[in-house]
Amino acid sequence: MTTAKMPLGKGLNAGLRAAMEADEKVLIMGEDVGQLGGVFRITDGLQKDFGESRVIDAPLSENGILGTAIGMTFRGYRPVLEIQFDGFVYPAYDQIVSQVARFHFRSKGTVKMPIVIRIPFGGGIGAVEHHSESPEAQFALTAGLKVVTCSNANDAYWMIQQAIASDDPVVFMEPKRRYWDQGEVDLLSDPFPLHASRVVRDGSDATLIAYGPMVKTCLESADAAAEEGINLEVIDLRTLSPLDLDPVFESVRKTGHAIVIHEAAQTLGLGAEISARITEKCFYNLEAPVIRVTGYDLPYPPSRIEEEFLPGLDRILDAVDRSLAF
Amino acid sequence: MTASMPDTYVADDPAGDFPLVQLLTPEGQRVNHAEFAYEGDDDSIRELYRDLFLMRRIDFEAHALQRHGEIGLWAPAQGQEAAQIGSGRALRPQDFAFPTYREHGVALCRGVDPALLLGLFRGVELGGWDPAEHGFALYSIVIGAQTLHATGYAMGLTLDDAVGHNDPERDAAVIAYFGDGATSQGSVNEAFDWAAVFNAPVVFFCQNNQYAISAGTDRQTRGPIAQRAGGFGFRGIRVDGNDVLACHAVTTAAMQKARDGEGPTLIEAYTYRMGAHTTSDDPTRYRDSAEVETWKLKDPIERVKRYLQVQGTPQEFFDTLEAEAEELGKHLRAACKALPEPDLAALFDSVFVDGTPELAEQKAAYIAFRDSLETEGSPA
Ligand SMILES: Cc1ncc(C[n+]2csc(CCOP(=O)(O)OP(=O)(O)O)c2C)c(N)n1
Ligand SMILES: [Mg+2]
Repeated sequence: MTTAKMPLGKGLNAGLRAAMEADEKVLIMGEDVGQLGGVFRITDGLQKDFGESRVIDAPLSENGILGTAIGMTFRGYRPVLEIQFDGFVYPAYDQIVSQVARFHFRSKGTVKMPIVIRIPFGGGIGAVEHHSESPEAQFALTAGLKVVTCSNANDAYWMIQQAIASDDPVVFMEPKRRYWDQGEVDLLSDPFPLHASRVVRDGSDATLIAYGPMVKTCLESADAAAEEGINLEVIDLRTLSPLDLDPVFESVRKTGHAIVIHEAAQTLGLGAEISARITEKCFYNLEAPVIRVTGYDLPYPPSRIEEEFLPGLDRILDAVDRSLAF
Repeated sequence: MTASMPDTYVADDPAGDFPLVQLLTPEGQRVNHAEFAYEGDDDSIRELYRDLFLMRRIDFEAHALQRHGEIGLWAPAQGQEAAQIGSGRALRPQDFAFPTYREHGVALCRGVDPALLLGLFRGVELGGWDPAEHGFALYSIVIGAQTLHATGYAMGLTLDDAVGHNDPERDAAVIAYFGDGATSQGSVNEAFDWAAVFNAPVVFFCQNNQYAISAGTDRQTRGPIAQRAGGFGFRGIRVDGNDVLACHAVTTAAMQKARDGEGPTLIEAYTYRMGAHTTSDDPTRYRDSAEVETWKLKDPIERVKRYLQVQGTPQEFFDTLEAEAEELGKHLRAACKALPEPDLAALFDSVFVDGTPELAEQKAAYIAFRDSLETEGSPA
């Protein structure tokens, strides 16, 4: 059998397992990743099968997790680090920005940082404070870091392996509210490249540009719009740094309407960069300004109101209407 | 490399270089200690018992509310009642406490309506009370952060000349709560350092409940936590965290030392997290139920009850308390459902003291969109 049905989280688990089998220098480190298998069970069973030296329960210190991982790379290890929740990556921010992102540059390429930093991100699970953040732009704007995110089980399985195989540091953003979404994983065929976007639904009237958790929301929006005779194209960015916007430009040249969707706040979010580049490359094809549908410029609100805060079908379809009516 | 290191420190050995201060045994016997004594009479022990009992009821009710879907999550504190009530009742009104997310008993001691604790867990609030009104900061989820805040507050007390006057009304101190897991964070060790350097009037109160989610204490430290203080230049004390009298006595002494201008103390309250880390956690994946059973025998509430019964406390006292706990439960159930729902529009106004045009614009757009849905109905 070459395909298997599994939830996105299981795809990550299977991908981690495959990467550890392929290269004995790959090791996992993070809080509660061992016996517990991580709070989301993404590392479930790995310590049992690969031992405590390759799946390391970290002391409760994110700065320690990042800092020691850097040292391990000097011994040829390829650490895959789990940050328990998006909101807890900040204690490690200094090591990520000031150290991980710079070693290759400072050493003129002699020092490599094959570190993967896995971060469950985004809201929508009714969590308490600091468990629903979307800090991806803060990494994407840092020179020297690559940032990717998956939106489905197949990408989860392949992208985590590709990120681990990369000699550059990769911040791997996991759409936590989609961990339980089932999908087909093709276990054999050549994977799509890591740093490439792709069209996940063809359409002709307007282009929805999203990544991670918002891809599903956009696909649902496109289904709803189709019932009203509006044909939306949906693009899953997959790679946030570097961006791969050629598929976006091609689509926008066709539709003339671009809407960027993310959970992170609007101001200086990825939507700002994407919108600027679309304007630069597709100016004469645009029939309306690029519209952003994003979280508001607020700290993440209490969870009972998060559905109002997060982009949903209503806000996306409203943006489509506004773009088409422009 | 190997992750398995020699066990130089047995985490559940309460003796060693840092013997536990204990004043009431698990069997309910009072014992003497060379340095620390509980100064209150049996009436004040009954007061402590009342707090312990009510704190456990808060936990019980919150659990039930979580199971009924009224709150999304709860961080149970069962087993840690003595550590929290003993230390919480050692505070004076002018003192200030910086909690984690589990200090439900300390909140009770600080006069915070327990119903307000539910707001955070219900997802209608990020705070819930006014820190200044209660001398009790907002719950802190980012592990360790609050220990530095406590240290800064303590430095402020020194700057304000609020320590060292031998004046029980004026002299004040701070207490910082944190867990065994938190001792691995840089922020906590920085707090120790700053407090030592500035001789800050702060007590670091670590509830070593032996777990940080699934990680045992040996994942955080290879020596008694109390021992850490010595390296920073102040005293560490290890106390039986299931003994409310000992926790009260030790914290009272440490707070007084701080109020007297004699600097920080680290207290390690050696206790046990009887329940799950939170209601989302499944502790059967990482610990034996046999371990939990042995800790049931050291229950912090049962031993006080035994003591009070032997002292001849009438059954009526316990019955009245049970009725009071029932009332508290009723209050929590009703108040939880009555907690006001958050209004996203209003939240735009609390980002800054001086709002910004950008936020004003986003707020207006949000309201206009929300209103348009109400008039047209949802397009989806
Ligand atoms: C900076 C940070 N990292 C990770 C977490 C996730 N987390 C929440 S509680 C916890 C364990 C805390 O253990 P401990 O300090 O012993 O306190 P306890 O929960 O036992 O009261 C972890 C890892 C967090 N809240 N903050
Ligand atoms: Mg703990």
